Amino acid sequence: MDTREKQTPAIDIRKLGKVFGAKKVLRGLDFQAKPGEFVVILGPNGAGKSTLLRILATLSRPTGGEVRVAGYKLPEMASAVRARLGVVTHQPMLYGNLTAEENLLFFGSMYNLTGARARIQLILETIGLASCRRDLVRTFSRGMQQRLAIGRAILHDPEVILFDEPYTGLDLEACDVLDRILLKVIDINRTVVLTSHDLSRVDSLATRFDVLNRGVIVASVLRNAMPGTLLDFYREALA
Amino acid sequence: MTPSQRTTKPIRVVLSILWKDLVSELRSRELLPALLVFSLLVVILFNFAIELSPDLRLVITPGILWVTFIFAGNLGLNRSIAAEKELGCMDSLLLSPIDRSAIFFGKVLGNLFFLMCIEIIILPIYSLLYNLNLFHPSLLLIFLLGSIGYAAVGTLLSVMAVQTRLRDLLLPILFFPVILPLLMAAVKACDAVLQGQGVSNASSWLNLLVAYDLIFLAVGYMVFDFVVAE
Amino acid sequence: MNRPPKILTFLSILSSILFLLALGLVLFFTPLEAKMNYVQKVFYFHLSSAWVGMLGFICAAISGIAYLVSQDMKWDIIEVASVEISLVFFLNAIVSGSIWAKPSWGTWWTWDPRLTTAAILEMIYVAYILLRQGIDDPERRARFSAVYTLVGGLSVPVTFLSIRLWQSIHPAIIVTQGTEGGSSFGMTPAMLFTMIFSILTFTFIFVTLLWHRIRIGHLAVLVAELRNQENEEMQS
Repeated sequence: MDTREKQTPAIDIRKLGKVFGAKKVLRGLDFQAKPGEFVVILGPNGAGKSTLLRILATLSRPTGGEVRVAGYKLPEMASAVRARLGVVTHQPMLYGNLTAEENLLFFGSMYNLTGARARIQLILETIGLASCRRDLVRTFSRGMQQRLAIGRAILHDPEVILFDEPYTGLDLEACDVLDRILLKVIDINRTVVLTSHDLSRVDSLATRFDVLNRGVIVASVLRNAMPGTLLDFYREALA
Repeated sequence: MTPSQRTTKPIRVVLSILWKDLVSELRSRELLPALLVFSLLVVILFNFAIELSPDLRLVITPGILWVTFIFAGNLGLNRSIAAEKELGCMDSLLLSPIDRSAIFFGKVLGNLFFLMCIEIIILPIYSLLYNLNLFHPSLLLIFLLGSIGYAAVGTLLSVMAVQTRLRDLLLPILFFPVILPLLMAAVKACDAVLQGQGVSNASSWLNLLVAYDLIFLAVGYMVFDFVVAE
Repeated sequence: MNRPPKILTFLSILSSILFLLALGLVLFFTPLEAKMNYVQKVFYFHLSSAWVGMLGFICAAISGIAYLVSQDMKWDIIEVASVEISLVFFLNAIVSGSIWAKPSWGTWWTWDPRLTTAAILEMIYVAYILLRQGIDDPERRARFSAVYTLVGGLSVPVTFLSIRLWQSIHPAIIVTQGTEGGSSFGMTPAMLFTMIFSILTFTFIFVTLLWHRIRIGHLAVLVAELRNQENEEMQS
């Protein structure tokens, strides 16, 4: 076990700024997450949640401030971060004309996996798609695609996993399945950040709730230390 | 088994992307047949639009073929990049710890493969339809060289075009003015071969083709990161 | 930033005066050419316009590379300014060239290397403008524009050489350069002087216009920022 992980935060953001032209989306945002934490970031639409996640995912560059993921500074060490990062967004990011297995094989080679087949077998069982391994992804329901997307995200055993509005477009049953898989994914060495604007689902899994509004984190509370309901906390944070 | 501490080897990335594109296309069987039919139809359109005696036909054949492939290739490029963008797959490639120029070469090879497929099928059909002998190996070489340059510039510009509001409409507007040297060189070289003048006569045109290919493969390699980053 | 710097105002006035002088020279000072009479006089500004077009082209290409290397937005503003000016002046060159060509060669258009390349370059400029129009994010717009400038900047010289190569193989088909006037052969001192004076004048005009356009570009960025600030104040 790398002792570096125990001491430094998995995610360390200080005074993060992001502008698109003249439009400021993130304004001096501070955020830290330690290994093993499951942080849910709530916030209204347009608050900057997706922008924040895209920067953490190395898909977007910060225009100000400092960002470190898994100890590596962004954007300079983006490649090192990518090897340790798994991302699930509301788009499946899967190839429809490949089978589930082939998708995982492809991404396995992108992440330079060795012993891929055994790993893929394990992943398919974890996400409950082992029986559909030879089916084309374009025949999958949205829920199944989302599950496979999670499989892709954890394929290379990342230290940090990001979920951007993962419940979008899922029916109740699919959401339940997603929750069950999330439980399996949580680990004391892994850090999970999940954004959502839907409060109802995220209650049970998180260790911490942050609220992002107008480009900064306006409130943060540990699950155990939350005074009332999540809804009350959220409403108060936005006021 | 642990993830590599460094970026994945570029050659592995290139070959994986190529494999992925080939398997996807062979499974769906959508793009290639459509492009083949389109190419054939364009050739037939030319037949009705430009009425020619047999001896003149040999002179105009390289031009017709290359214009046809340019249009068909344009459709193919658009489709190829749209497929990546649709389900957010391009993002998944960008999330991987790989050298992004490897994505460029992987896509170029994939697009090159589709182009060559079309050319290899259309050339014999054209030969049959017009009773011409197009079975020169040097002709195939010219088509290969031309297709490489076409794929290089086309891949780079299609990635840009798909991220604008006009999307696939913008590709030919960006692409065609820039592809002219390649068109000229390819047509002239084919001309020399078909007129029986031998490849040596076409050497300056071949040099131009190779130079064009090298220049734009290099440009694509250097700037691809800029067109996929945010 | 509201008033233009004194040097720029001076340059504007200087350019205007020089232009009037050049116009006077062309109309009254230069002799009437034997065969062509007044039409030949189009030539001075035709060449000068093409010269400015070239300056703009080179400026745009350099700015594009500079942006890709430095990611500094000021290069994007310079690039757009150069492209716009080059577009207009090459258009001027093409049109004046046509006006000159019709009486000389009996045709409005020839497919000679320079004219054809200028026309293709215009198409690339239009494509450039359409590309920019289709992108909202200023940073992405700058990046893509710079890449396209690089691609265009490399392909245009290659296009020119290709057409020249084509011509050298079929000299009979296309009208040769002839006395279109790359050299000063057959030019009287008065003509030569006017020629150089025109080129100099147009160079001043280029610099003046470029500076003005760059200023406007910076002002536009400022306006966008102010507008954004105002929107945010209204929201909170």
